[in-house]
Amino acid sequence: MASERTIPTLQREKIIEYLAEGKRFDGRAPEQYRDLKVEMGVSKNAESSVKVSLGKTEVLVGVKLGLAVPYPDSPDEGTFMVSAEMHPMASNHFEMGRPGINAIELSRVTDRGIRESGLIDVKKLCIEEGEKVWQVFVDIVALNDDGNMFDAASLGAIIALGNAKMPIYNKKEDKIDFELTKDSLPLNKEVLSFSMTFHKVGDKIVADVSDEEEVISDFRLTVAMGDNKGEPRITAMQKGKEGVITDEDMETILNLATETWKEMFPKVREHVFGK
Amino acid sequence: MAGKGVYTKRNDGRKFDEVREMSAKVGIVDSADGSASFNTGHTKAIAVVRGPRTLHPQHMQNPRKGILRVNYGMMPFSVTDRIRPGPNRRSEEISKVTEWALNSVVDLSEFPNTVVDVFIQIPQADAGTRVAGINAAAIALAHAGIPMKEMVSAIGVGKIDKTLVVDLDKYEDSDFHDAEGSTDIPVAITSRTKNISLLQLDGKISVSEFKDCVKNAKVACEEILKVQMEALKNVNGESN
Repeated sequence: MASERTIPTLQREKIIEYLAEGKRFDGRAPEQYRDLKVEMGVSKNAESSVKVSLGKTEVLVGVKLGLAVPYPDSPDEGTFMVSAEMHPMASNHFEMGRPGINAIELSRVTDRGIRESGLIDVKKLCIEEGEKVWQVFVDIVALNDDGNMFDAASLGAIIALGNAKMPIYNKKEDKIDFELTKDSLPLNKEVLSFSMTFHKVGDKIVADVSDEEEVISDFRLTVAMGDNKGEPRITAMQKGKEGVITDEDMETILNLATETWKEMFPKVREHVFGK
Repeated sequence: MAGKGVYTKRNDGRKFDEVREMSAKVGIVDSADGSASFNTGHTKAIAVVRGPRTLHPQHMQNPRKGILRVNYGMMPFSVTDRIRPGPNRRSEEISKVTEWALNSVVDLSEFPNTVVDVFIQIPQADAGTRVAGINAAAIALAHAGIPMKEMVSAIGVGKIDKTLVVDLDKYEDSDFHDAEGSTDIPVAITSRTKNISLLQLDGKISVSEFKDCVKNAKVACEEILKVQMEALKNVNGESN
């Protein structure tokens, strides 16, 4: 994005006025998420691909596998990479060209969420120690931006990873034969976590922001949580924007995150790993 | 269409002049001014139109009319060997020839100093992505209410060994190398005047065979036009 986005003062005041009464323009309560919709099979040429929607925010995520030389400090581990494209088709506010800071932050936060949780069992992606490993590409393409691209991208990434099948490594010719096997991409199922993003808009903490709410918010806090014997456990956080978080804000967010996690985790897990 | 050579049967059982199954949908990206998808067999294209909007930087503006700007790209996971995200030489060229093909039919004289952006993205590819992109873009432009003199439809035609074919799939387009090999000719035809607004050719083909290919393209484009117009008629019935 080249310029700072603004929205009319009148609209901004109305959003904040509404929120003070616990209302939002689209009829949701401040802590309420939009419906999560998941459609598999965007591309038959991918090891896995999915369209994820949170209301009108839509992203396409694909998983591709490649071959790589392992990093010297982890010769027996596969590698992976998350790329996000805030494509200008998705919003009037995205521009063509090299990934901007928003796309970079989005892909890095999504990448860290997966990397640090250890979701991908990278040891099982070793083909020949020190010589050859599988490389996992997660590509996120924004299709329509109506706020909260962060959560849509992170959900899309884990759902795509959970549904990915391994192709065949052709040792003789040292290449991949793109023919999907029944073997799933090796994942550590027990560490699955997903992220929930909250914004401070006016005096309220708001979950799953719309585009306008996102523009006028003071700060954003993304909280990723995984499962620890039925209870949520924080696995990653990222604060964005200039506003500061008070103790009260933090308390509210952690409570909301805990409740949201309890409600959404079973559904998310089902999308990732099946029933 | 005579099949004297080695190519006597298509993999998917189609007749040589038969197009793959097509479908189109209008209104797939909520925040855009116009949008559409166009699928042919396993090839999927989406097109999104944004504009007319003010063009920056200012020195690129045309005070006489608006300009059309096309950006074509394949998603990284659209093919079996992942493509690095972002523009490359192939996508830049396809963007330009698509821009010319669409510019033949749009009229932006009422929108000086503006740009109409057309974004074409390919989520899944099985040959014929540029023509599917043009088919989707033409619908998306109409959906956005951009003034158009006529519609435009596009198809890949060509010759596999000695056999003339319509709507080449990936095997025919890239993987067939026997005998005379494969000649691939993407063509766009304007809907009313029946002129050619896009033409590229790779391969080896005689003049008379080439002429037959263009005839085949015109026939196929009639069918494509029906699918495009049908999708536009259904625009209000679709809620997406």
